Amino acid sequence: MNIVVCVKHVPDAQSERTFNEDNTTDREGVDGLLSELDEYPVEAALQLVDAAQGEVTVLTVGPDQAADAIKKSLQMGAHRGVHVNDAAIHGSDAVATSLILAEAIKKIGDVDLVLTGLASTDGTMSVVPAMLAERLGLPQVTVASELTVEGGKATIRRDGDVASETIEASLPAVVSVTDQINEPRYPSFKGIMAAKKKPVETWSLADLGVDAGSVGLDAAWTTVESFEKRPPRQKGQIVTDEGDGGTKLAQFLSAQKFI
Amino acid sequence: MAEVLVLVDHADGEVRKTTAELLTIARRLGEPSAVFVGAGYDSAKGVLAQYGAEKVYRIESADVTDYLVAPTAEALAQLVASTSPAAVLVAASADGREVAARLAIKTESGLITDAVDVQPADGGVRTVQSVFAGSYTVTSTVTKGTPIVAVKPNSATPEQVAGAAAEETVEVDISDSAKTARITDRKPKEASGRPELTEAAIVVSGGRGTAGDFGPVEAFADSLGAAVGASRAAVDAGWYPHANQVGQTGKQVSPQLYVAAGISGAIQHRAGMQTSKTIVAVNKDEEAPIFELVDFGVVGDLFKVLPQATDAVKAAKG
Ligand SMILES: Cc1cc2nc3c(=O)[nH]c(=O)nc-3n(C[C@H](O)[C@H](O)[C@H](O)COP(=O)(O)OP(=O)(O)OC[C@H]3O[C@@H](n4cnc5c(N)ncnc54)[C@H](O)[C@@H]3O)c2cc1C
Ligand SMILES: Nc1ncnc2c1ncn2[C@@H]1O[C@H](COP(=O)(O)O)[C@@H](O)[C@H]1O
Repeated sequence: MNIVVCVKHVPDAQSERTFNEDNTTDREGVDGLLSELDEYPVEAALQLVDAAQGEVTVLTVGPDQAADAIKKSLQMGAHRGVHVNDAAIHGSDAVATSLILAEAIKKIGDVDLVLTGLASTDGTMSVVPAMLAERLGLPQVTVASELTVEGGKATIRRDGDVASETIEASLPAVVSVTDQINEPRYPSFKGIMAAKKKPVETWSLADLGVDAGSVGLDAAWTTVESFEKRPPRQKGQIVTDEGDGGTKLAQFLSAQKFI
Repeated sequence: MAEVLVLVDHADGEVRKTTAELLTIARRLGEPSAVFVGAGYDSAKGVLAQYGAEKVYRIESADVTDYLVAPTAEALAQLVASTSPAAVLVAASADGREVAARLAIKTESGLITDAVDVQPADGGVRTVQSVFAGSYTVTSTVTKGTPIVAVKPNSATPEQVAGAAAEETVEVDISDSAKTARITDRKPKEASGRPELTEAAIVVSGGRGTAGDFGPVEAFADSLGAAVGASRAAVDAGWYPHANQVGQTGKQVSPQLYVAAGISGAIQHRAGMQTSKTIVAVNKDEEAPIFELVDFGVVGDLFKVLPQATDAVKAAKG
């Protein structure tokens, strides 16, 4: 089974995330890492090939630093990496990102399963998987908290608000997984050493036959006009419970007209 | 005036509050047309008219309802082609954003997700989003195609305005390639009797500090008529259902009042509640980061503080 896992390199949520002058996310001035939510599809892919053999290719679209996301995935156990890196990609929206990912997946070829995370932890749009399915003309089975692949079929469980659903599709398919699906492994020392020898290809837009004018900031179908730092919350009142904490809490709620 | 398509969010005809909000927003942009997909229209009808839907497009085919999002996106694309709407609004739920994603590609239109405000702007829309765990506010416009906006719950106060709700049954032609992800089983969840998490005006959440006993959290929530939320630590431990998780990988809530009990306030949790109007925390540890966010905090044991507060609320309500 050949699996492609889409992984994204994102600014670390623990550090100060901000914007560039052109209103795009600052990806250079902050520490970045493999989006935590993309560790889950990597782990899911590794478990599937452990059970049924095959190859796991990790695919990322992003600037130079995004190579770290591939590296981490290879250290976890993925077999090879593909990094689409091109200056023209800067500022791409989800629509353009999905186009690049779709073309890269076609070029990788012979893919049984495309796995993605639930959302990227910077944009948190949760739209790329659906866009990929749309572009590739593949079944979309998203938000999986369980995944089994058997007899050319992918079956997932999706935990919704009003119901828990079982969804089935034939392969190849695009599957996005949640953080409920597994417990991602840490890279072992052996894994870290082995990763150094694993093949990573870097592709440009030209390699994919994607017109540079169809991606990037100027081609985006939406424009960020402005951004504003939210004013820090005013420090509130903090009381220590001395047997009357609950009463004081109720008094506060009453004063605020919640009761 | 151009139509504005609103995809109705409902469970077997029971229309969710977000739809009333979307219809209210739609009226700022043009003439609201509800798009009702699935069964249960008779129970939905009244609500749609009440919140100003001038038209209702009904799509009932099993081709649409038995499969995941792709057919709904196709049906909407057909409606976009036939009505040339000023915008398409959907709820920012998992399904809503995926329908929107596919529709954006099909109609070559710009897509905004998780908008907390939508206003008309020279021929299009201007949206406001809250990003990076609520630390920034971003204003955007759609520059291509029909603006498609996935709107967060609680982004507008529903306004009642009688609409004609003129019905039109739409026969849609769904391609085989959209019918590939079939829903083979559906187990409805037991209703808790409490308000829906993302719609509730008040949310009371419990974390690892409950040590598995959500009793005091639920009792306090019930005294306030609130929804119950949970941190991921509590969900991972199996103490509360995942559907109730608040945070980056759970629900993003923005209620009038958010109460965090026994929750430390990790960045991923904040991402789901930071934009709440008023924030209250009960935590044993005065150093807990959640206290940086609060309007009112109690340093103390939730097993003592919450029951006392519950009694006080009940007494005050009489
Ligand atoms: C990719 C990723 C996604 C994540 N997504 C989410 C998410 O969506 N939502 C989420 O919540 N987390 C999420 N997390 C986890 C997050 O990082 C924290 O681990 C989690 O929020 C901690 O939950 P907690 O506050 O309940 O537990 P803890 O951090 O252990 O805090 C428990 C708190 O309870 C207090 N306490 C203990 N006993 C009592 C008592 N008797 N009375 C009062 N206070 C008491 C303690 O002082 C402590 O502050 C995510 C993590 C990752 C890596
Ligand atoms: N630039 C990217 N490179 C590779 N994968 C991506 C990229 N952006 C998004 N993805 C994938 O799409 C998923 C959802 O992303 P998003 O729609 O941005 O929230 C992520 O978890 C990734 O698996």
